Amino acid sequence: MYRYDDRDRAIIGDRVIQFRGQTERYLAGELSEEQFLPLRLQNGLYIQRLAPMLRIAVPYGLLNSTQLRRLARISRDYDKGYAHFTTRQNLQLNWPQLEDVPDILAELAEVEMHAVQTSGNCIRNTTSDPYAGVARDEIVDPRPYCELIRQWSTFHPEFAFLPRKFKIAVNGAKGDRAAMRVHDIGVQVVERDGEIGFQVFVGGGQGRTPVIAELIRDFLPERHLLSYLEAIVRIYNELGRRDNKYKARIKILVKAMGAAEFARRVETEWEQIRDGVNELTPEGLTWAKSFFSAPAYQPFDGAASDAALQAQADANKAFSRWLERNTFPHRVPGYRAVKLSTKPTGVPPGDATDRQLEAIADLADNYSFGEARVTHDQNVVLADVPQEKLYDVWQAARAHGFATPNIGTLTDMICCPGGDYCSLANAKSIPVAEAIQRRFDDMDYLYDLGDLTLNISGCMNACGHHHVAQIGILGVDKKGEEFYQIQLGGSSSENPRLATVLGPSFSRAEVPDVIGRILDLYVELRRPDELFLDTYIRIGLQPFKERVYGR
Amino acid sequence: MAANGPAQGPQPQNPAQLIIDGVIAHNEWRLLPQDDGNGEITAASLAPGKVILPLATWQALHRDLGDRQAEIGVWLDSDDPVELVGAAAAELPLIAVHFPAVTDGRGFSTARLLRERYGFEGELRAVGAFMRDQLTYLRRCGFNAFAYEGPQPLEALLNSLHDFSESYQAAADQKLPLFRRR
Repeated sequence: MYRYDDRDRAIIGDRVIQFRGQTERYLAGELSEEQFLPLRLQNGLYIQRLAPMLRIAVPYGLLNSTQLRRLARISRDYDKGYAHFTTRQNLQLNWPQLEDVPDILAELAEVEMHAVQTSGNCIRNTTSDPYAGVARDEIVDPRPYCELIRQWSTFHPEFAFLPRKFKIAVNGAKGDRAAMRVHDIGVQVVERDGEIGFQVFVGGGQGRTPVIAELIRDFLPERHLLSYLEAIVRIYNELGRRDNKYKARIKILVKAMGAAEFARRVETEWEQIRDGVNELTPEGLTWAKSFFSAPAYQPFDGAASDAALQAQADANKAFSRWLERNTFPHRVPGYRAVKLSTKPTGVPPGDATDRQLEAIADLADNYSFGEARVTHDQNVVLADVPQEKLYDVWQAARAHGFATPNIGTLTDMICCPGGDYCSLANAKSIPVAEAIQRRFDDMDYLYDLGDLTLNISGCMNACGHHHVAQIGILGVDKKGEEFYQIQLGGSSSENPRLATVLGPSFSRAEVPDVIGRILDLYVELRRPDELFLDTYIRIGLQPFKERVYGR
Repeated sequence: MAANGPAQGPQPQNPAQLIIDGVIAHNEWRLLPQDDGNGEITAASLAPGKVILPLATWQALHRDLGDRQAEIGVWLDSDDPVELVGAAAAELPLIAVHFPAVTDGRGFSTARLLRERYGFEGELRAVGAFMRDQLTYLRRCGFNAFAYEGPQPLEALLNSLHDFSESYQAAADQKLPLFRRR
């Protein structure tokens, strides 16, 4: 992974001092609430319903065990002993004291971490594939580009006060596990005639106005990545709407102008800067890639390893289920990636205690070269586990509550913190997640349903990604009461789709039954081996509507 | 009217003192606000002395101002396209860029383009509602003068011009991004 040198340390150290000064000026009354707001937001500090919330950046989700242990300590010393993984692969603390935040930042800086630009109208944490570097369908490891983008965007002097927040995702594989097309900029690595480059998509997003990003450049040579991003963000900074925060995202600009015209303007701007100093030199690229070279894999006999694993699976049904759902093929023979589930029933999806964070650190040290990745679906990946150690990892994961074999199933939900924490929420989301997990707790039933995404957002800001779920649940306010709208048919994959609203909303108590009726219809009408999304695409919304609302 | 949109927005103040090149200095320039009556001004009627004109007025008059070029500056509102000054920037002694609100970041791009694309080497002055904590960003984008309107003493602001000792990006103050200097 990327490691700081003296210059990175200087920048992050300067930031701690700067934010400490800003906090002191605020507490002394020299900065008003209004003046402090953009400053604290650019540092990930929100004022929530009950307490501040601090969002800590985890660049493209990558953490080492030292960082995990420090996060555990911080959550214990400054919070209530737990933290929350977010869909931007970051980590949130729900109960820090505002006056402690400078000290927390100083502790983070010691382990090469920060909270820079995790909120505010600036370029946010760049996200990517949690299986980067190990996936079999990978074209090129996206992490060096993510790191170059991280550095380019960190304290970018021109782009700290954009019309609205700005999110970039980079995907390096054929499959899209980074929800790339629902980002302000989606960067897809491609290879053409032996040359590496990028497809560039702009104007995707969720929120009130969900949009699938449009392609504005089909092949951008690798060396031009940063200059092209700079051209896009400059055009957005100049022309994005600033009169209405709900129309300020780049997607509105791209829609209003048309993708072709937006692309034309970007190209015109880019022509003037493409050969400038942002051009990635061979040395610069080599340097960035040097941080993500393959770890020292052991040479395993793949076939023998697979056979031994199969024998273990045959002997133990519970292990077999976990292996099936919670592990992922690896490009190196004898290895698999393991997804630790943070979604056991009764725990807010994405939450982890201080002890669990330390357990992840131990697992990483013992089995996966000391590293772990936060995923956009709020789980944690150990990317490089030898297959001969999977049984041990499973047992350790079980002991720490991470081995619920539900990855990719209905109960592996993305869920925002909702009305329990967030002051923007219209409705609670965590109790809805729990009610659904309790209702659908039969693993055989979940496996029979197969791959299925169910995402929950507590308001139309869509932090819970309900627009791109196969079953999306949106909390709405109906005359002061919490109601839930159901949407069907979304996907954030390489074939992205936005979900369609099923019909009038339901009370919280009704939601599990409604989900049950939707699933029953799917089970009745599906063809052999047809997944939920494929059935939905084949039969459309109407049959589900009739089943749920009765004709 | 400004060149691009109505003049109803907040107008920049023109404080008596400001920061220029890292020191507190006396403000030698008048600043003409946007006003519907500006259309009446002619090259002959423009009062003598150093003056910063709104873009529309500058566009209307600057070709007729003859030997006064050294005392005529222009100020750009946040929605004024910098291309409207364009290459003429290289001949100007002063350009001011207005920040109507702390959160309006268009002026950062304007400044970089003036410095890096249009060859402007004169005084680049930030005017309007920017705050102390933006000074490093402003300086990096090419501003060297800061007509601060807020309540803090200018002395308190000087330190914030250099909140960071290193930076990742190339900008007006740094020719090479850090990845080219590793």
